[in-house]
Amino acid sequence: MIKITGTAGPILSVNAAIMARDVTKAFGQGETALKALDNVSCEIRTGEFFTLLGPSGCGKTTLLRLIAGFEMPTAGQILIDGQDVTGQPPNRRAVNTVFQSYALFPHLSVAENVGFGLKMQGRPRAEIAATVREMLALVKLEALAGRRTGQLSGGQQQRVALARALAPRPKVLLLDEPLSALDLKLRKEMQVELKRLQTETGITFVFVTHDQEEALTMSDRIAVMSAGKIQQIGVPREIYTAPVNRFVADFIGETNFIPATAVPGGAKLADGTVLPAEGEGSLLIIRPEQLRLLPAAADGALPATVESVVYFGTDTHVHLALEDGTKLTARVPSPADGHSGHAPGQRIGLGFAPGAARLIRE
Amino acid sequence: MADRSFEVSRLPGFAFTAVTVFLALYLPIFTLVFFSFNAGSVLSVWQGWSLRWYVEAWQNDVVKGAAMRSLLIAASASAIATTLATMAAIGTTRRRRFRGQTAIYAFINQPLMVPEIVTAVALLIFFGVIKSWTGYQGLGYLILAHSAFCVPFAYLPIRARLEGMDLSLETAAADLYASPWQAFRHVTLPLLAPGIAAGAMLAFVISLDDVVITEFVKSAGQDTLPTYMLGQLRRTLTPEVNAISTALLVLTVLLLTAFFLVNRKKD
Amino acid sequence: MSPPPRLSEAEDRQRRAATRNGWLLSAPALVLLFIAASGPLLIVLVYSFLTPGKYGDVSWEFSTSGWVGILFSRDIFDDTLKLADAHLTIFWRSVKLSLLTTAITFALGFPTAWFIATRPPKARALWLFLITIPFWTNLLIRTFAITEIIRNEGILNKVLLAIGVIAAPLRIMNTDTAVLIGMAYVYLPLMVLPLFAAIDRFDMRLLEAGYDLYASRMQVLRHVILPIVRPGIVAGSILVFVPSLGAYVTPRVLGGGKNMMIGNFIELQFGQGRNWPLGAALSIALLIVVMLAMLIYVRAATKEDTPHG
Repeated sequence: MIKITGTAGPILSVNAAIMARDVTKAFGQGETALKALDNVSCEIRTGEFFTLLGPSGCGKTTLLRLIAGFEMPTAGQILIDGQDVTGQPPNRRAVNTVFQSYALFPHLSVAENVGFGLKMQGRPRAEIAATVREMLALVKLEALAGRRTGQLSGGQQQRVALARALAPRPKVLLLDEPLSALDLKLRKEMQVELKRLQTETGITFVFVTHDQEEALTMSDRIAVMSAGKIQQIGVPREIYTAPVNRFVADFIGETNFIPATAVPGGAKLADGTVLPAEGEGSLLIIRPEQLRLLPAAADGALPATVESVVYFGTDTHVHLALEDGTKLTARVPSPADGHSGHAPGQRIGLGFAPGAARLIRE
Repeated sequence: MADRSFEVSRLPGFAFTAVTVFLALYLPIFTLVFFSFNAGSVLSVWQGWSLRWYVEAWQNDVVKGAAMRSLLIAASASAIATTLATMAAIGTTRRRRFRGQTAIYAFINQPLMVPEIVTAVALLIFFGVIKSWTGYQGLGYLILAHSAFCVPFAYLPIRARLEGMDLSLETAAADLYASPWQAFRHVTLPLLAPGIAAGAMLAFVISLDDVVITEFVKSAGQDTLPTYMLGQLRRTLTPEVNAISTALLVLTVLLLTAFFLVNRKKD
Repeated sequence: MSPPPRLSEAEDRQRRAATRNGWLLSAPALVLLFIAASGPLLIVLVYSFLTPGKYGDVSWEFSTSGWVGILFSRDIFDDTLKLADAHLTIFWRSVKLSLLTTAITFALGFPTAWFIATRPPKARALWLFLITIPFWTNLLIRTFAITEIIRNEGILNKVLLAIGVIAAPLRIMNTDTAVLIGMAYVYLPLMVLPLFAAIDRFDMRLLEAGYDLYASRMQVLRHVILPIVRPGIVAGSILVFVPSLGAYVTPRVLGGGKNMMIGNFIELQFGQGRNWPLGAALSIALLIVVMLAMLIYVRAATKEDTPHG
């Protein structure tokens, strides 16, 4: 994150496709104003697949709409390719959007939809026709060029929306939860497809989603948002393994939280046990798959009691309670016969994979 | 035991009443149409089939003049009302709510709430003053009055169509480099066309049917078909009035059928 | 250094543009309506406070004679005011016929609307179309059509005479009954359409619940259906009552010269009556009554949202 202060011209990173500087967006005025974005700054690099991830109402779509120009910020600036575009209408911005509802023009054919942006830019007819052919080939829809969009399936409409937004060769492609209307199987296919398109075209993608798995599998970098603020920006591995706060740890994957205090070399639990842990703060986190279930007497193991066992097929969730009552969940691979060998009431010891426990701030 | 399931929505006597109502609604209209083909000149004495009264009406210069006037006024008024209503509908939908939007809406629909006789009297007085000031006696007054009361009829279907349209379409157009005018020209207008057509048809029918306001606003020699017929009712009636009515009726039904077909297509 | 929280210039500009465009686009329609619909009503109000001119029109002297004249007439000899019985008769006839019209159209319209709403979808569209055609058909033509039925030599009398129910033709034309039949005939679709809209939204499973809880058909009608479709009943009643009260064409054609309603009485003041201020005052009074009826309608419609009891 870059913090810009004063009035002097900022030193821009050469490769920033989008910069948001201290952007605030409030809906309504005065006392009742609702801050959808609260002083957000971020930088999206040219050519990357950048994801805005967060629960509904976190401000991710608002940020996308500010970049597209559909909304104007209450304060702050939006830069595209180093140019301040804050006051500019969407039709003057070299970014295109894939809408959640696709927003395909029902009165136009597939080809006319794809060529719409180029036509509005006043490009020559031959060029439009060539680009439309190229784009339809890119999304594998050549055969449907003459169809009305109403006759297409959800997946096909999605492809048309993509081709339409890519056709004018935007500097940045904005995607507003484009996969949320598709069923699970199609969604998986489109995830692969989107990644391929991004690699093939080399265009910067800004992708909005509330689906953490989608974000983790597709993105180069992720910004996790909550309550109008960016909580953390990082590569997927970093976001998952080293969340900066409780929100990020809780939102991405499942996590066990254990109250603790930072001591040199680790974290001290309520019962005085000191575990090796990185980071600082008063909350120890550990992912369920990083917990090891050991015999009760195992050396250095944390004593715990099994409360219930839930079979999930590939793995088994074992719900545990520590001595002080803290609830934890461990996820262990199911053995071949499906019986994990654990039963409610059983006393066991908990082991931690090295480096698995982290201290974070509340 | 009766082998019949219990039909929950059936209520005693309702179906019979309904069918009777439909018969009662259409019987007078069919009678009217039927007697327009009467060969004799007495209204309800049937003397065989003939197109005599259609021919007589067609050859009657007063009727022809009134018919032409009716069509001219309806065409002008529906064109004006539809244009203004389209602009107003676009102004009051598809954008963030603004101050006075409700007031505009109420004002546009106002002619639907005021009794026609009151508007007629008001226009009689107002246009009377203008006529004596300017000396102009032409059809302009009728066209103006008709345009005004046709506005809400054109406005409602257009507005309904606009509100049913996906808001993100114009956003998408703007995103794809369309200027506001281009977005209107290439996206809003083509999608709105059925609504505009429906509004224009309703306005046309409403203008064609008007009696009261026309009766009060018209100057001498400016009869439309309905006011001509109203005048005829004072004398001995001939099936000529039936023939004119039938012609108007057919025109209305055709326009309405077109309206319903256009409206159905959008679903 | 953070900027003070305020509406950014761009945002502000966008908001103001929306308001300005909204008004600019609506302006032509508003101007037209002001010139040729709403504005002239103000002139009527002014005229209602002027003195009648000798040959119609008005002379520009303030007078309340128009308003007083609604209920009273001045004695020609001793100049005292007394209630104008003829006027009261007209008002009473207008109110009576309008209420009766509303009642009759409801009694006939409710079963009709129910019938349409309970047809299968395709048939329902057709029935609805059949009720819509008369709705849009010229009122004068429909009034004229009903005269062909109820005239002395009309179909009704011919049929009744033929089957021997009556010995001499019924003289219906030019009576209050004729006006009533005519108004019920022409305004029936105005009752059916809102009733249909309300019944169409009615959840038929509620009927099953009603029968399940031991209600008879009439009890279900009275305790389940009617309370739930009440907004439609109110809407239909207002839509029939308001134009009935201001009716002009139907009473003129079917009532003859004598069975006037308010609409014809107003016209008379601008014609042979030559009392424009009275006509103007009557118009404004009618407008006020209609607006009050509308207000009741709006109240009743919005009251539905608040829980009962």
